[in-house]
Amino acid sequence: MPTFVYTSRCVGCGDCVDICPSDIMHFTKDRKTVNVEPDACWECMNCVKVCARFAIDVRSYADFVPMGHSISVFRDEKSQKVYWRIKYRNGKVKEFAFPIRTTPWGSIKPPQELPEPDPQDLYTPLLSSEKENTIKIEVSRK
Amino acid sequence: MTKVSYVDSDILIIGGGMAGTGAAWEARYWGRNLKIVLVEKANIDRSGAVAMGLSAINTYLGLKYNENTIEDYVNYVKTDLMGVVREDLVYDYARHVDSTVYLFDEWGLPIFKDENGRYVREGRWQIMIHGESYKPIVAEAAKKSVSEIYNRVMITHLLKDSQNPNRVAGAIGFNVRDGRVYVFRSKAVIVSAGGGSQIYRPRSTSEGKGRTWYPHWSSGSSYGMLIEAGAVMTMMEARFSVPRYKDGYGPVGAWQLMLKAKQTNAYGQDPFSLHKEELKKLYDGKFKYVDAFPTPTNLRVYSSLLELKQGRGPIYLHTEQVLTEKNEELGWEDFLDMTITQAILWAGQNIDPIKTPSEVLPSEPYVMGSHATECGAWASGPEDMVIKEAKSVDERGTSYNWGYNRMSTLDGLFLAGDACGASPHKFSSGSFTEGRIAAKSAVRYIKEHSDENVSPDSSQVEQLTVKIFEPIERYNRNKRMITGGKVSSNMMWYEQGMARLQKLMDEYAGGWGSWYTTNEHMLLRAQELLTYLKEDFLNYAVAEDYHQLLRTWELWHRILTAEAVVNHMLFRKETRWPGYYVRSDFPALDDDNWRVFVNSKYDAKTGAWKLWSVPVVELR
Ligand SMILES: Cc1cc2nc3c(=O)[nH]c(=O)nc-3n(C[C@H](O)[C@H](O)[C@H](O)COP(=O)(O)OP(=O)(O)OC[C@H]3O[C@@H](n4cnc5c(N)ncnc54)[C@H](O)[C@@H]3O)c2cc1C
Ligand code: SF4
Ligand code: SF4
Repeated sequence: MPTFVYTSRCVGCGDCVDICPSDIMHFTKDRKTVNVEPDACWECMNCVKVCARFAIDVRSYADFVPMGHSISVFRDEKSQKVYWRIKYRNGKVKEFAFPIRTTPWGSIKPPQELPEPDPQDLYTPLLSSEKENTIKIEVSRK
Repeated sequence: MTKVSYVDSDILIIGGGMAGTGAAWEARYWGRNLKIVLVEKANIDRSGAVAMGLSAINTYLGLKYNENTIEDYVNYVKTDLMGVVREDLVYDYARHVDSTVYLFDEWGLPIFKDENGRYVREGRWQIMIHGESYKPIVAEAAKKSVSEIYNRVMITHLLKDSQNPNRVAGAIGFNVRDGRVYVFRSKAVIVSAGGGSQIYRPRSTSEGKGRTWYPHWSSGSSYGMLIEAGAVMTMMEARFSVPRYKDGYGPVGAWQLMLKAKQTNAYGQDPFSLHKEELKKLYDGKFKYVDAFPTPTNLRVYSSLLELKQGRGPIYLHTEQVLTEKNEELGWEDFLDMTITQAILWAGQNIDPIKTPSEVLPSEPYVMGSHATECGAWASGPEDMVIKEAKSVDERGTSYNWGYNRMSTLDGLFLAGDACGASPHKFSSGSFTEGRIAAKSAVRYIKEHSDENVSPDSSQVEQLTVKIFEPIERYNRNKRMITGGKVSSNMMWYEQGMARLQKLMDEYAGGWGSWYTTNEHMLLRAQELLTYLKEDFLNYAVAEDYHQLLRTWELWHRILTAEAVVNHMLFRKETRWPGYYVRSDFPALDDDNWRVFVNSKYDAKTGAWKLWSVPVVELR
């Protein structure tokens, strides 16, 4: 199956439809969502991470993974962490939390706010943020 | 009636993955007033090979701390690919890749650091990251850089200029949700639409088919578009397989390089030592590849294959010898940030990596240009490393430099990431870097060609607008002939075409089902079956809705990619990378005759391929 959606929890917001890189989370007739092509699912869990209602779950590929396991994830842009809980078939549980970002979301300064480059630099190999002395431009043989 | 939108731009970026987001950033830096448009078939916040995240940056040299030299890096890459790489392209991205990593650091990508603030090395060239949000971070930078983004628009074809057939003037595609056609008209185009998976039959079956190492959505679109437009391709035969944890496809890099876990056969022996002497007889070449350190990836893979063939599998990665309660988090993060299936597989199979080793197995083959291989289009090299030794009738397809850095053999068309051939080992950071290089070059190109009046050939646009929707039209015409289901004598759904493609590539062109072995007879058979498949696509392909139409055009790109692969494998009469595939009729590596690039050009009108070889030129 890879991902599937709990009917009672899905409110049809469409966030999972919007994010799925495989374009396989689609609306049903009564505006819930469903994974329409489970064999094109990478188990990337981006739909799971984005669903604020915790309506999406993963049951790994039944044709090679035994049942009885579970995995849950909570990605939190406030604490800047992603939390994982993995339950083994035999009941054992493992929990982990990892950082996702060191700066606030939206804080990247765009290139057009950086000082304009010297027009002559367009004719050198230098890229943005590089200064002559930080890269070696000369090659040994031409 | 088909709805059509026209979008004009100075620079069009096709594919917003690692290379595309890098291109967006750099294009804006140098082209402050340009109209920069990015088109992406998914949503750039989570698209491409990094959609799930990554747990390492595989290319960082550390030049400012003298951790490495560019020369050492180029040598390492050259040896890993058994002597055939464009040194100018590799040198070029390598000298810039550190500045890319510093940008990521500044933007907020969490990189492991030691007490002195230096990046923690996973291996000589790799550093560790907490990369769950790698893609949304680079996407934020790209979104702020471009003028417009078109998400969920799949590009099917490049468009040519109405006056000059060697000049690219834009691209055409459709919105996968509402079917609107988009005609992008642009002065310069950058192709960064990623690599190709699901071209060969995956080892996974049934419901799990989508679990390949490179994602399902890597549809070979870069290659399909470039081939059909007539760009010169290179090294398409170097399609490769990767050793990965069996079934879950968890990468082994951190486990081997950082945790120092060992691989053995079922009896605890190291496959490579067992076969080293035997490998030397056929694969040592002029540069003593078998003795090289580190051992070229493909030779390690080959020694495992020999063990498996001799019935001494499974091959194990001994996680239990290196993992403890103290460092287990590192191992788990490696997967949770990058290949979640591996963690779920362990949970489902009750495998605790502290106690039990895990099986590794070489994967199905992939067609790629950014990892430990080099498929893609032939690019002009950096302006300050002019190498003009090759000469022949087709000047661009045989020389290393004919103008702008990373420009393809077609004017105004630039290449980055998986799309750019003979430039391997870029990985995420190098692909982003190559996007930056290509974009700067494109800015310079349009500045120097500002008097040019380019516009797509209108008859090509008209024809393609009709052609894109043919599969839907065909379905609507024929659907009432059958009561239901997907069995019909005049309709072929994409699943059927995909299965046919994967089966023939697996059986005849060196897939896992044929132990990655092929010969001239098998390749000729593959060619024949591919021709039928192409004909069937044109006559029978159907799609019931826009989602299926997306899959159908992905299939077309995969078919063209496969055709290039087969033709290139036929042309190279030797076995250069035995772990990737063996030509049983030419089982040895032949440095005297075949230490060359294989280049090709497709004629979309006649369906004919032209192939030739180009010498490898070294910088030193
Ligand atoms: C499991 C895994 C582990 C990896 N591990 C590492 C690692 O640890 N470190 C590292 O540095 N690298 C790693 N890599 C490699 C790295 O992800 C790639 O090298 C890199 O992403 C290639 O960049 P790209 O831009 O060429 O392709 P991508 O990033 O795949 O981008 C291609 C983009 O084009 C879009 N596209 C495709 N076709 C079309 C079309 N027809 N029309 C419009 N848009 C289209 C796609 O949706 C995508 O957004 C890993 C990859 C995988 C899959
Ligand atoms: S994100 Fe969650 S609630 Fe929203 S449509 Fe998807 S499953 Fe339903
Ligand atoms: S896990 Fe990934 S591929 Fe599968 S449905 Fe969710 S977003 Fe799509």
